[in-house]
Amino acid sequence: MADPTNPTPDADRPDSAGEYTEADYTRDLSTAVSLDGDVVGTGGLPERFEDPGLPPHQPRMSDLDEAAATRAERQVATLFGISIIGTLGFLVAYFAVPVESRMFFPGLGSTVSTSNFLLGVTMGLSLLGIGAGAVHWAKTLMPDEEAVEERHPMRSEEDDRAQFGEIMLGGAEDAGLTRRPLLKYAMGGALGLFALPMVVQVVGSLGPLDRPWRRLEHTFWDGEEGPDGTREFTRPRLVRDPQNTPIRPEEVTIGSAYHVQPEGLFDLDPHHQLEAKAKASVLLMRLHPDDFVSEKARDWGYEGIVAYSKICTHVGCPVGLYEQHTHHLLCPCHQSTFDVTDDCKVIFGPAKRPLPQLKITVDDEGYLVADQPFEEPVGPSYWERERR
Amino acid sequence: MNALAARRRHPAAIALLLMLALVVTGGLYAAFAPKPAAAAAVTADQVAQGKALFQANCASCHGLNGEGNEAEVGGELRSFGPSLVGAGAAAVHFQMETGRMPLANPGVQAQRVSKIKFEQEEIDSIAAWVATLGPGPARPDEEWLDWEGSGDAGRGGTIYRSNCAMCHSSAGAGGALTRGKYAPSLEGVEPVHIYEAMLTGPQNMPVFNDTNLTPEDKRDVIAYVKQMHAVGNPGGLGLGGFGPAAEALFAWVFGLSIMIGTAVWLGQKGA
Repeated sequence: MADPTNPTPDADRPDSAGEYTEADYTRDLSTAVSLDGDVVGTGGLPERFEDPGLPPHQPRMSDLDEAAATRAERQVATLFGISIIGTLGFLVAYFAVPVESRMFFPGLGSTVSTSNFLLGVTMGLSLLGIGAGAVHWAKTLMPDEEAVEERHPMRSEEDDRAQFGEIMLGGAEDAGLTRRPLLKYAMGGALGLFALPMVVQVVGSLGPLDRPWRRLEHTFWDGEEGPDGTREFTRPRLVRDPQNTPIRPEEVTIGSAYHVQPEGLFDLDPHHQLEAKAKASVLLMRLHPDDFVSEKARDWGYEGIVAYSKICTHVGCPVGLYEQHTHHLLCPCHQSTFDVTDDCKVIFGPAKRPLPQLKITVDDEGYLVADQPFEEPVGPSYWERERR
Repeated sequence: MNALAARRRHPAAIALLLMLALVVTGGLYAAFAPKPAAAAAVTADQVAQGKALFQANCASCHGLNGEGNEAEVGGELRSFGPSLVGAGAAAVHFQMETGRMPLANPGVQAQRVSKIKFEQEEIDSIAAWVATLGPGPARPDEEWLDWEGSGDAGRGGTIYRSNCAMCHSSAGAGGALTRGKYAPSLEGVEPVHIYEAMLTGPQNMPVFNDTNLTPEDKRDVIAYVKQMHAVGNPGGLGLGGFGPAAEALFAWVFGLSIMIGTAVWLGQKGA
């Protein structure tokens, strides 16, 4: 309704000749309101709020003035016209502009793909023109009279319900469902069983059904998984990722960081290689032996060369950001920070466990090898982790 | 021939043979051994000039003889400038040619400066003097910087993604490290400086020496970085190449405000 604090002549009200009466101010007010210093109303809540009904209809400019309506018509037509031009421009750009061509656009640089840019802009214009034209049309020219549609009960009439029941039961009778129960059970069984393949697919895709944690317990450092599921530890060499070359300790100078995989991993087919890499990745670093706080870090390393799992114990991102002077290892995903001098304990961030260390030594030919597989499962925690 | 055969049991023959073997081995070693620093081009004058320049510009932190500067502050041993023994010419070139040294002001890490205050000749002589302090990495040969001619960007990409992308981001845009440190962007960095950074491990960057990433590997990495940036960003606004965080912020600020604005417009009455 019209705002009583801003009295304006209201043409729709038959009793109003441009002036508000005392009754207008007090009619719907539920609380005391100050108007020009005079307090009106009682200040209490009414027994019930009356339905205020629809606000009075406000005619639009285009309803009152034919020139305005024509103007709105032209604006809508222009918006649709922009859409048409955009669509035609899209077709032209699609066929005429070579994919390789580059252009300059302020703010985007000089290597913007002309084709991408034109296709995007023209497609945007063609969609935006249709949308904006439709909305503008609806808001200026389509009827905007307020209307009320009362809700009605959802329930059907009693007669209709009874008739529907009769038809259904009659159909079942005619089909022989009551006379031949075997058919009823056979069909029910077939349809019920038909749901199982869907359920099996969904459940099966959640992971291996047989002790799923076993897939997480071992890495490629334990050896390649044989057909019977066993692995034989063969003291694999540490090889560079991705060059696949073995590493001698004298090549790992102080401050160096090597990204390492177990020997043989790169011989796997690409699918299994990626799966094995996700667990076996290792970061090899060399520190001055005096820098270590932990005795174990020194003992499990070789002359200050230490190898740690690169899989974050938080959610398994690759922890590769090694700082050679602070000896911090940072995970880029959630900023978990590990102290390499102190068994890779967590010094910041959401990770809860230190990175597992890989015990390394040197083989007869002078290459770095793993002396034993990881002692604990690498990567994020899972329920059955402690069962091993 | 007969005389030689007759004297092959002469007592001096064994000594002669040993001498010959030593000379041949020594000669072969001298011919094929890796050269520390481009020693041939360095003159005594240059080294002397380098030492004088060093003592005038660098010694306050690195010590008069490049021995470094450590002092106890509040019971804790702190390093104000590392020892340069074994730093090598490559480290000096990298630090000074990118303007990181002399350090403009102490902070968590030295920053690249566009205005270099030293002549190339002066940097060369300081590098020559630092190289005499102890064996260290020398400047790379031109052969390994020719990424356009013989670099394999595809191979470099696999090495880059394993060894470099975790800090410098897959787009080479750099990224944050701990406590205010950061890995700088690689865009517009000279190939020789990319090479020397890998070789020497400036600041907190790990060292990727020539046995870890061979000179061929380094050249391929340079080819990958250079080609990646030459291709540019055909998609348009790269948002700094910082990944999902920047993209999400952009989508929230611009996408959401456009959607809210449209919803308000749609909901407004025509009159």
